[in-house]
Parts: sequence; C-alpha cells; structure tokens
Amino acid sequence: MSTRLSKGGRLIDRAQAVEFTFNGKRLRGFAGDTLAASLLANDQMLMGRSFKFHRARGAVASGAEEPNALVNLGRGAFLEPNQRATTTETFEGLEAQSQNHWPSLEMDIGVVNNALARFLPGGFYYKTFIHPRAAWKHIFEPIIRKAAGLGPAPKEMDGDRYEQAYAFCDVLIAGGGIAGLQAALAAASGGARVMVLEQTPVWGGRASVDGDVIDGMAADLWVTKTVQALASMPNVTLRTRCMVAGVYDHGYVLAEDRVADHTPGDGRPKKRLWRIRAGRIVAATGALERPLSFAGNDVPGVMLASAVRDYVVNWAVSPGDRTVVVTNNDDAYRTAIALKQAGLAVPCIVDARAVANGPLPTQARAMGIRVETGKGIAKVKGTKRVTGVTLCMQAGEGAALEDIACDAVAMSGGWSPVVHLWSHCGGKLTWDDTHAMFRPDATRPPISHDGLAMVYPAGAANGALKAAQALADAALAGAAAAGAGPIAAAAAEAREEAALEPVWIMPQGASYKLRAKMWLDYQNDVKVSDVQLAAREGYESVEHTKRYTTLGMATDQGKLSNINGLAVLAGALNTDIPNVGTTTFRPPYTPVTLGALAGEARGEIFQPLRRSPMHTWHEQAQAYFEPVGLWRRPYCFPRGGENHAQAVEREILNTRQGVGLLDASTLGKLIVKGPDAGRFLDMMYTNVMSNLGLGKCRYGLMCNENGFLSDDGVVVRLAEDTWLCHTTTGGADRIHAHMEDWLQCEWWDWQVYVANVTEEYAQIAVAGPKARSLLEKLGGMDVSADALPFMTFADGTLGGLPVRAYRISFSGELSYELAVPAGYGQALWDKLMAAGADLGVMPYGTEAMHIMRAEKGFIMIGDETDGTVIPQDLNLGWAISKKKADYLGKRGQERSYLSSPDRWTLAGFETLDGSVIPDGAYIIAAGVNANGQGNTQGRVTSTYYSPTLKKGIAMGLIKGGMARADEVVEFTKLGGSPVKARIVDPVFYDKQGAKQNG
Amino acid sequence: MLTLECPYCGIMADETELSPGYEAHLKRYGPGSSDEEFEAYMFARKNPKGVHFERWRHAYGCGKWFLAARDTATLEVFGTYPAQSAGPPQALQDKIKAKRPDWKGYK
Repeated sequence: MSTRLSKGGRLIDRAQAVEFTFNGKRLRGFAGDTLAASLLANDQMLMGRSFKFHRARGAVASGAEEPNALVNLGRGAFLEPNQRATTTETFEGLEAQSQNHWPSLEMDIGVVNNALARFLPGGFYYKTFIHPRAAWKHIFEPIIRKAAGLGPAPKEMDGDRYEQAYAFCDVLIAGGGIAGLQAALAAASGGARVMVLEQTPVWGGRASVDGDVIDGMAADLWVTKTVQALASMPNVTLRTRCMVAGVYDHGYVLAEDRVADHTPGDGRPKKRLWRIRAGRIVAATGALERPLSFAGNDVPGVMLASAVRDYVVNWAVSPGDRTVVVTNNDDAYRTAIALKQAGLAVPCIVDARAVANGPLPTQARAMGIRVETGKGIAKVKGTKRVTGVTLCMQAGEGAALEDIACDAVAMSGGWSPVVHLWSHCGGKLTWDDTHAMFRPDATRPPISHDGLAMVYPAGAANGALKAAQALADAALAGAAAAGAGPIAAAAAEAREEAALEPVWIMPQGASYKLRAKMWLDYQNDVKVSDVQLAAREGYESVEHTKRYTTLGMATDQGKLSNINGLAVLAGALNTDIPNVGTTTFRPPYTPVTLGALAGEARGEIFQPLRRSPMHTWHEQAQAYFEPVGLWRRPYCFPRGGENHAQAVEREILNTRQGVGLLDASTLGKLIVKGPDAGRFLDMMYTNVMSNLGLGKCRYGLMCNENGFLSDDGVVVRLAEDTWLCHTTTGGADRIHAHMEDWLQCEWWDWQVYVANVTEEYAQIAVAGPKARSLLEKLGGMDVSADALPFMTFADGTLGGLPVRAYRISFSGELSYELAVPAGYGQALWDKLMAAGADLGVMPYGTEAMHIMRAEKGFIMIGDETDGTVIPQDLNLGWAISKKKADYLGKRGQERSYLSSPDRWTLAGFETLDGSVIPDGAYIIAAGVNANGQGNTQGRVTSTYYSPTLKKGIAMGLIKGGMARADEVVEFTKLGGSPVKARIVDPVFYDKQGAKQNG
Repeated sequence: MLTLECPYCGIMADETELSPGYEAHLKRYGPGSSDEEFEAYMFARKNPKGVHFERWRHAYGCGKWFLAARDTATLEVFGTYPAQSAGPPQALQDKIKAKRPDWKGYK
C-alpha cells in the first residue's frame, strides 16, 4: 500500500493539513502536496481508467507528462475536466472526481473492452466502421461517444474569470530549474530585461531531489540564494505557476499563469494568459524520463523512477513498502538509494545492462541492495495494483527466472530532453546515439526576424543531463541569448555515470503475447504490438502511424510514448531511429484552458460594438437589432404585441402612405479630395464621376480587378476638388483600404486624399409621400422639388440644425437623406419625430428598407452579388462607361466567358400562387449533371412577401435573363414540390419612378 | 506572429497591427493587354520557398502600405521599404544576395 512517511517531505508543510474529496470520499493531505501525492498518501493508487480498454490506471509520473491520473475538478459552473492530478495543487475544499468509468472507478463495465483487446488492434476504428456508411452515424458513433471520452464537457457557462496580459522582454527563460536560474543570471548580468517562467510552484526543478551539490551548497540552498539574487535585480521578472505554452514567429510566446487555480474564490482570476514578445528565448525545460516497455508496465504501482523519487523526497509519500527498480541506466539507482534512505525496501534493482559498476550502482550495492544485471522484467503481476514481477533475461524471450513480490515498480528507460519549445517554430533535432535521445541541433535553430537563432536550449533540454554540464551549458546559453559577455557558471559536484544502453522492448525477444501487454501510450492504450502491426500494414511514416494507432494523440501528446513508439516503429521497419524521425511538436506544451485563451472577451465585451448616434433612442423604442458588421442596426420597431413580420409590414405601409424615418448613419462616407480626385474616382467606379456637376448625386458601382461587383453607393460632388462617396454599411472600411491601396501602391504620384468620415455624421432617411411636408414643418431651407430635385443635394438648416440634405432614395419614395454632425443626430431625430407626430411619422428598420428596395428592383451588395457577379449580369450596363479607357475591372470584364450569353442575369419573379419563393432556391433545368444531380438554370437572390403588393416577390439570376420574360419556371423547395413562378420585370413598384422623382 | 518594421513609423509592428497584401512589385495589366498578360497579373503568383517580396499595410498604425522582403521558410526579414518603390532598394538586394547567393532576383 502507498502511504505517508513519518518524516521528510521537502515541499510539504505538515503543520497545515488540508481536506479534500475524491469521488465524494473525504481525504486529508498537506499544504504543498500535489493531488497525486495526496491521493497516494491516502493509499488511493487507482486514479483513473484508460481511454479504450478502461484498464485500471494510477499515476505513472509526478509532473506535466502524466497520462493517466486525470480528474474532474470542481463542479457545475466550475467543473474542469481532464486535469492532471500530478500538477494540481491540493487545497482546502478541493473536489476531484475520477473519469472515464461507469458505474464506479473500482467497478467499471467498460473494462470488458480489455477482454476484447485482441479484437481491438491498431487502426480498429478505421477497419471496422467503414461499412455500412449509415451505421457510423446511427450505431457506431453514438456508442463510441458514450463509451469513450475522458471528462465531460461542462454544461454551464464557466463561472471563473480569466484575463490576458502583455509583456515584453529581451530574454524569456522557460523553466526555473537550476539551468533556467543559471541562464537568467548570465542573461541579466549585462542589463537585459529577463523574464523567468516556471510551470510548477517551486524553483529548482529536479536538482534537490537528485541530491546535487552546487557551489558547495545543497541544491535547495543554492536555488534559494539564486532566486533571491535574481529577485533583487530590477531587470528580472520571476513567475512560478506559469507554463510557457508555445513559441511562435519572431519571439512571440504564450504562457499560462495559474494565478488562483489553487486558491479559488479569492477574487483573483483563475488563470492569466501572458502574450509575450521576447527578443530571445532560453528553453531550460529539462528532460522527461522514459518508461520501459515490458508486459504489464501500465498496472497501477508501476511508475517512472524519477516520479517515485519525487514522491518520496518531495512529499514523503511511499508508493509501496517494496519497490523493484528496473532500469537501463545509472540514474535510476538514485531512486533505489532514496527509497532505502527513507527506510523502504528495494528487493531488487533489475538492470538490463550486462555491467553496472559506476559510483551509483556501487553505492546501492553497498547499502545492501540486490542488483541483477542483464535481466529484465518479463511481466508485472496484479491488475488494480502491482503484486509482483517476474524476472527474465533481457537478451531472451521472457522465460521466467524468478518471481519477486513487490507493490511498486520504478522504471527508467533513460531521459528525453524537452525539445518542444525549440521545435515549435522549426528548430531541428539531432539523434544523440550515446544517450539515445533527440536533442536540439545547434546548427539548425528556429530563426527570428533578424535571421539569428531565436531559441537557445539550456541544460537538460539541450541534452546536458547532469548538473555540472547543465549549469555550464545554461550560463553560455543565457549570455548568448542576451548578447552579453560570459559569466562563470556555478559548479556542481560531478558524479560519474556510466552510459545507458537503449532498451526499447523488454526482453528484447518478447513474444507477441508479452508485446500485446507492453504499453507505449497509456492514455490511448497503444501497445508495442499495435505499432508493429501498423508497420506491417504499410504505415512507414511516423505521422501516419501516429494517426493510425492514436499513439501520442492523447492529452499528454506523447510526452512519455513518443521516443519509445518511434524506436519500436524503427525496429519494425528495420531502420534507424533518426530515419523515422519524430512527429511534429506543436503548441501548447500542456493543455491550456479555453477560458484563458478567451480571456475577458466574452459576453458583453466579446467584441466592440459600433453604435449609431441614435442607438440609445432605438433601444428605448424597443427596437429589435440585427448585426451588420460590428454595427447593431434596428431590424424593426415592434409595437404592442406585434411580431417582427407585423412590425415590418406596418413600417412599410406607413412609409409608402405617410412618412418614415430610417437611421442610415452606418452607411460608409469617404471624402475623396485633391487635384487628381476626379481622375482617381473614374478609375474606382465603372461610371464617370469626374464630370459630376457640383451639387449633384450619382449612383456608382465599384468592381475589383476581376470585374466582379464589389460595392455600390451614391457619389456626391461637394466642391471642385472634393467628392463624397457613400459605401455600403459593411463596405466602408474595406473600400477605404481599397482606395488607399491603389493610391499608395499604384498611382502614388496622384494628388488625392481619402478620409473615412463615416462616424462623423449621423444620417437620417426621411421617406414617404409626406416627407417634404415634414421637412417644411421643421423649416430653414427650401426643400421643394424645384430647389432640390431628385439626385441633388443642398446645405442648409432644418429646425435650426446644420444639415446637408440629399435627394436620394433607396425606398422608391420621395426621400431626403439628412446628414448632420454626429453630435446633432439625436436632436434632429427628435425634431423629426416631434414635428412628424401629426403626419404619423414612424421609424422603420433594415428589414423594411430591404423589402422596399426589392419592391423597386434595387440590387443589394451581398444579396444580388456574391463575388462572381459582374454589373452586366444585373442589367446595370447603363452604369458602365463605354468612353473610359480604363477603370478597375474593365479588363476583367472583357474576358470572353463574362460576355457569354449563357450567364445567369437578373430578372424578377412572381409565383403563380402568390407565395414567397424559399430563400436560396434554385431554378430547375431539364436533365442531370455528371454527378446525377438535377441541373439548374438560375437561383433566387432576394425573396420577400411584399406588404405593398400583398404577394411574394423575388429577384434572381436566370440563364437568359429578361429575354425570357413571361416564361414560367420552377424553383426548388425543400420538403415540398417545386414552386412555379413567372419571369417578370424586377421593378415591382412605381416603374416610372414618379414617386421618388417627385 | 511576425514583427515587421514599418518604414514610415520606424517601429517594429506586430502582425496584429498589419494587414497582408500578398506579392509585391506586380505590374498592372489593364485594357489592351493580352489574355496571357492579364492572367499572369491576376493569378500567377510566385509562392516561393525562400526569398519573397510582400505588400503589408500598417492598418492599425499609420495606415501606410509598405513592402517587405523575407524568407518564407525561415521567416527571416531582410528589410522593409515604402510601397512607392519601383523595385527593392539596391542595398537591400545586395544584402539578400549576400545571405542567399542562390537568389535569382525579385522579378
């Protein structure tokens, strides 16, 4: 059984007990514990179930690499699934639930998969569920979804708060072990701005656990002194609980800061995402120990040797009374020694190497520990808990030599540098044969904007696994990253260690039966036999094997399984490990909470909203808003018990018969000014704008160079050298940028300024037969048909306010658009509403505007256009100048297929039964295409019920266009028979324009 | 996320301040050009692995367009210069040639 030792524990505070629950059971730990340490101290070795076979699993590691011990933390709005017990700090009141089991952790039905394991090999999902196709959706997927999966996604909105922060530094140091601290000293010595981020709550990494002595001091003391020295430097920032998640282009770094993960409810944000721009990055991220592949290496109680050492030394937790150590290197002997020093039994050290005579093995033997060289573990006994191991010859096939009773196994297959941050942005790796590991290739670093190395690996992350080398390496890396002069590195006492001997399968000649129980990926249940099967089935690329077997695709992203897996693949392919290569290392290093990535961008402040000057009035009038880009525009203004359709109908009829107001402030307004402004606009628009008379308005079309219609609007000549271009609401910023592009990059010698004044003005459309009467009641300027005819404008005053009145109409009614400085918008609106009260004035929204323009046959950018429509398709040839030698899109429109008679062109449609054609409907043509789908000859682009005409009206594009007037065609209708409609003139209302011109 | 120096502001601008404008130094072909010329102008983009010239706009800064020479594989930036340039400055071309002897020139 696992238990708390009576002495020791460098990270715990025995004076501070904390109570927490696991699956509802009340347990007790100490401040300074991780949840995994607390659980082990309470003999809770079983912490979860694996993903596929639901096998019993306990913690195998003690840190970020943990694949097994995943729990749900909290509940309700504060539920967080898939949290690693090995990195979760135990705090008072913590609630944890194990996951991926039913009905309980101890008694799990899904474990039946385990009995079926031989029928669930690698690639099982791909092989089994391909046929029949329908079965996937209706049978397989729902069952798999129910049975598989880790923690449940929270159902409630996240109750926690997150924030984001920005930081800048010259050198960012990822990792606060002795290498990171040494690198920080070197980098900061020359005055560079240095940030040191450590993912755990504790500085110093593994050095203290490993018993290193630095500059004559115990590592703990050296770490404390160094952190103090760094903290006193004004150019150094230190943060613990802050994990560098990813390194991106040109020194952009994301880091997740677990601000109040361990102190919930104290008012601080749970997490903070740091967005850091670093000059250089030092990756002092250490190394991770590799498991060994022997049968039953996933049984709870089998742990990494370093993890066993951590639990004993850091948290005074014994993983078991009797621990067998199995290794291919000297480092694991430290674990045996630490166990022995804690008063625990080590029945045997099983060393796969033929000889082990270095100082550490010698010390172990001297302590009376039995060492068996040339041996391996044939299999582990026990299911929910290790009960013993069977020894065999490493060189053999697994014949049992001896059974040893034990309740834990500490395994070490050597160490792999954490190269993730080096690799995120393209740093390359080299295979180090001596240590059997990939380490950063200093000749091929990731590059920053200046062409120089962006990331400097330091210490164990650079393959310098021993303290003395790591410190020397880190001092150089830190100085190089800062461009500073060298400093003397701290000196660690070196202890001779013999080379490891790569062991990828134990024993090397293991039978299939044993290989099918050797776990590579613990979370996804990928075994040695699965990778070998993938190789036999032709998966030669490591990336393909990964996806076929799911090796390394779990939440731990293969931190433990990666090297062992590709070594097995290399063996199966009869090639070298460097030839197989690694899978791609992608950010984040460990999972980042989605809430932290979202930060405060949620709810009300998810994105900035643009509001017209009259927005508050609209809100008070109970307007129903719709999003138009970042604007919120009133869709309609429902009254009493009206639904939206009823409100829209009332607004239209009131405008057609009386007078209505539309808040048109959102329309884009660009001032184009300068000696060459006219010439410039002639290039921008398809029609001529340079000859527009002073005081006149003209409707214009803009195309891109392909010739396709991009935007439209009314252009106004304000002065000899000044035009005002109206754009669509959504187009203002885009068209402004488009104009700037051509002015700055193509015709940069033309003297033109463009200013986007969209938000400088409030604009109100006053539309309807009584519009003139309303303006006359306000008084101040002559708005008569003679003084202000259609398509002209005038400056003046109305109701005492300075206005510019345009006689333009998008509704087809007698219409004035009144522009006032934005600050006067509400005042003008109020005066119009007050003066118009006895005329029955009402505001109308965007839907009424859309329907009224459709009744008039006016096109709408985005409805009639989709980026593949030229003006000629919309019968707008009249707005295309034949005289101009050039305009944007002219050459594009000359291409032969754009003048094909087969193009779909604009027409109006009326259903025979008066119904409304469904949105998005296609016009049916005879026959089928090559895929057996029905042919089409056109589609609807705008379709509405017209309150004015009391029937459905539509515009659409149809092959042959208006040449086919009066023909009856059929539109598709989902779930019904086709809708018959007649091709008609798209101008349904006031064809002569008497009303708008009046 | 790239950083590029805006040649107008003289500051290192984050990619989030910039908007991309694709390949630089394209010659516009308008009315009167052949189909081949127009096709090349509209659609034939270089997309090299290595030295490339791009248009960028300091959209959330000064609003100016500028041109950048960078390596699309290593992300090294060789230099930036105003959009009102018929070709890359000679000094920049020399610098690129020195760093990438195999470079065939910007055209």
